[in-house]
Amino acid sequence: MTNRRVNAIGAALLALSGAAEAAYHWNLPTPVTRVAGEIYNLHLVMMGIILVIFVGVFGVMFYSIYAHRKSVGHKAENFHENITVEIIWAIIPFLILIAVAWPATKSILNLKDTASSDITIKATGYQWKWGYDYLRGEGEGISFLSNLSTPQDQITGKAPKGEHYLLEVDNPMVVPVGKKVRVLLTSNDVIHAWMVPAFGVKQDAIPGFVRDTWFRAEKEGVYRGQCAELCGKDHGFMPIVVEVLSTEKYMAWVGEQKKRMAAAADDPNKKWNLSELKARGEKVYAANCVACHQANGQGVKGTFPALDGSLLANGPRGRHIEIVLNGKRGTAMAPFGKQLSDTDVAAVITYERNAWSNKTGEVIQPSEIGSARK
Amino acid sequence: MSAVIDSGHAHDEHAHGPYGGVMRWVTTTNHKDIGTLYLWFSFTMFLVGGMLALAIRAELFQPGLQFWHPEFFNQLTTMHGLIMVFGAIMPAFVGFANWQVPMMIGAPDMAFARLNNWSFWMLPVAATLLVGSFFVPGGASAAGWTIYAPLSTQMGPGMDLAIFALHIMGASSIMGSINIITTILNMRAPGMTLIRMPLFVWTWLITAYLLIAVMPVLAGAITMLLTDRHFGTSFFNAAGGGDPVMFQHIFWFFGHPEVYIMILPGFGIISQVIPAFSRKPLFGYSSMVYATASIAVLSFIVWAHHMFTVGMPTAGILFFMYATVLIAVPTGVKVFNWLTTMWRGSMSFETPMLFAVGFIFVFTMGGFTGLILAIMPIDIQLQDTYYVVAHFHYVLVAGSLFSLFAGFYFWVPKWTGRMYDEKLGKWHFWLSIIFFNVTFFPMHFLGLAGMPRRIPDYALQFAGFNEIASIGAFAFGLSQILFLWIALKVTVLGRGEEAGQRPWDGADTLEWTHLPSPAPYHSFHEQPVLG
Repeated sequence: MTNRRVNAIGAALLALSGAAEAAYHWNLPTPVTRVAGEIYNLHLVMMGIILVIFVGVFGVMFYSIYAHRKSVGHKAENFHENITVEIIWAIIPFLILIAVAWPATKSILNLKDTASSDITIKATGYQWKWGYDYLRGEGEGISFLSNLSTPQDQITGKAPKGEHYLLEVDNPMVVPVGKKVRVLLTSNDVIHAWMVPAFGVKQDAIPGFVRDTWFRAEKEGVYRGQCAELCGKDHGFMPIVVEVLSTEKYMAWVGEQKKRMAAAADDPNKKWNLSELKARGEKVYAANCVACHQANGQGVKGTFPALDGSLLANGPRGRHIEIVLNGKRGTAMAPFGKQLSDTDVAAVITYERNAWSNKTGEVIQPSEIGSARK
Repeated sequence: MSAVIDSGHAHDEHAHGPYGGVMRWVTTTNHKDIGTLYLWFSFTMFLVGGMLALAIRAELFQPGLQFWHPEFFNQLTTMHGLIMVFGAIMPAFVGFANWQVPMMIGAPDMAFARLNNWSFWMLPVAATLLVGSFFVPGGASAAGWTIYAPLSTQMGPGMDLAIFALHIMGASSIMGSINIITTILNMRAPGMTLIRMPLFVWTWLITAYLLIAVMPVLAGAITMLLTDRHFGTSFFNAAGGGDPVMFQHIFWFFGHPEVYIMILPGFGIISQVIPAFSRKPLFGYSSMVYATASIAVLSFIVWAHHMFTVGMPTAGILFFMYATVLIAVPTGVKVFNWLTTMWRGSMSFETPMLFAVGFIFVFTMGGFTGLILAIMPIDIQLQDTYYVVAHFHYVLVAGSLFSLFAGFYFWVPKWTGRMYDEKLGKWHFWLSIIFFNVTFFPMHFLGLAGMPRRIPDYALQFAGFNEIASIGAFAFGLSQILFLWIALKVTVLGRGEEAGQRPWDGADTLEWTHLPSPAPYHSFHEQPVLG
């Protein structure tokens, strides 16, 4: 009996220590901007005030529960009105509130001040990835998409999860340390939110509107966040990664990006053959389409239509091109014309019309997409 | 002997309306029957919503996708919210209003008895649409209970069913509110002036006005959504000249008063229970009434604190932040009044009192986190994270739900004439409050660390607390099965000691002082006269 009990306690302790090995974070992340630092301190101050009130109020309550019980023979008194007391306990909280509203107001004025930035970057929310365009300052003209890079096998449990599971991307946003970065936010489809807790930044990205926020990272490093506004199926799978580099490294990165973009620019007049386009299209499909239409082209029954054997992918190509370019209103099908180059659109459509059981044998050239856009 | 048989017969005739069996419940116009219907309906929906919650917590027990596809996970969170808010909490309070308001003001029934029947029987229809939407192509709505446009315009037919369900539930709420207001204003016993009404009646009077004011606003928002979805309008579509953020403004103009609709009647219940078990009159009765009214008024000018991250102008942010922190003042007054009522009383701790004291303790923690969230810079970090999830479950589970439990244990002797199982009731309380905290307290830390809400899978740094929360959730869910048994035992099975007219010696409202237990099917044929 005792043995069994000891064993049970041992098992419970083991379970506890096992849990202790898992990660526990108790507070806001370590701030790396002034705004995040102000928020961190504001939160500490609030917690201090709340703790004092908590101890006071519940000290009284539990003393009363202890002392004024019927079972210890306490007789009830009959008082039930006292204007003075009521006024006092309305005014004291009011004064406390004014005391905390003051630093909060100062902090708001600071965090809303997006003027005189060194670099301006536009972040666009897509279902379900982020796009970054460097609009002004060092690096102007750089533009790329930022996709989740955690392999599907880790998500479904077929492979062990990496250190930055779900918080890693193929192309992070890169900024120099100590520079004021203004981020313009908008969205291509539904509302997303761009959040980087270490910067004290969270701003909704609203389709059809541009909103802004800013940060000035004071320490080099990699900072991670996630989309914070429910945006559909893969809301949990569109992280934000910001790499803060020294000025020299940042300049080197800018140079590299410019070269890469020049190299990646396709000759619009090049004639592509089927296997070239199919190979490229498969990559584009994997990055943009697979989340809904699935790798086997079967879609998800009732939610996302199948492409394999579908009328769209086997019927007239004009309709197919139009849907990919302009999306389908009222559904999750986004207008990919805004995100993808002519070559990519041509490639992915060629792929879809020649993959799985679809065997149209058609080759769609980038020039055809170019004219469909007009 | 014949006298006994006669009285038994007479009892039969007056035990319920003209019909027996199912038809009794379908055709009933009796406020007690309808109250019972509301309570069983809401408890059923509570169990359905609870099962959805457990499905959510099962997926979140560990990182990685184990049970559900992400899109189905989103359906679970959406439907859990809609079902709990519109199917469980709101109808439960209307059930309490039906049972208690006429008895507490000395009225024979509700003012509009047939309307009362109709407002209840719309609910099962709405619930069928809502729950049935899981089975249409594309499944239920997955846009969150806040159904923000334009995500909600992307949804399949499940969204339309949810919209119709909300329309019907809104109509039901409005009719119920008109009934409650008319009853309270016109059918009070002589001598029961407004300022002598029990606080439960007062809080419901104010809540009913809130409902009438904001349910049409919700109906407007979802109707615009419906026309955006199907008739080519662009209320919330920027490409057609609309504004997605406008949906949020309209939704929260409804949504924030809605939050108080779900808590004010709870304040009322607590304000009946605390004095009864402290054997001492409620401290600061009139300030309680004023505090309730000020909370109701303030609830109309704070809505945009749900939207601090949409990018409002600075002046707007400051206004909504200041207005929001102001709510702490009347709420604080209420808590202080309850404490002072307990102070130097002669307290005993039967289950209703346990839940009431538990309410004060845990609800106040929800109030504290609300204050933290009201400070806009801190909200920037916490908006749309698990901190918000923790906050509103502290207010809605530990607040609304615990007050409903307190009310049930408090009044069920009057409803059935029998005492509930005190020992099991205490078990129910302790299991509930412990596992409630095990479930939701760790979510504060998850939110501070930056875990977004409504995600089916999470980074490894969030694993520890999610594991604890899931264990707590399953234990909390199972504890409610105990409540089901306690409720069945005392109501349907009719087991338990005879309660007597006034089982709580500190309770002094009309239903305890003037009516036997169980309260007769028709009470207060003749108006009681108050001194």
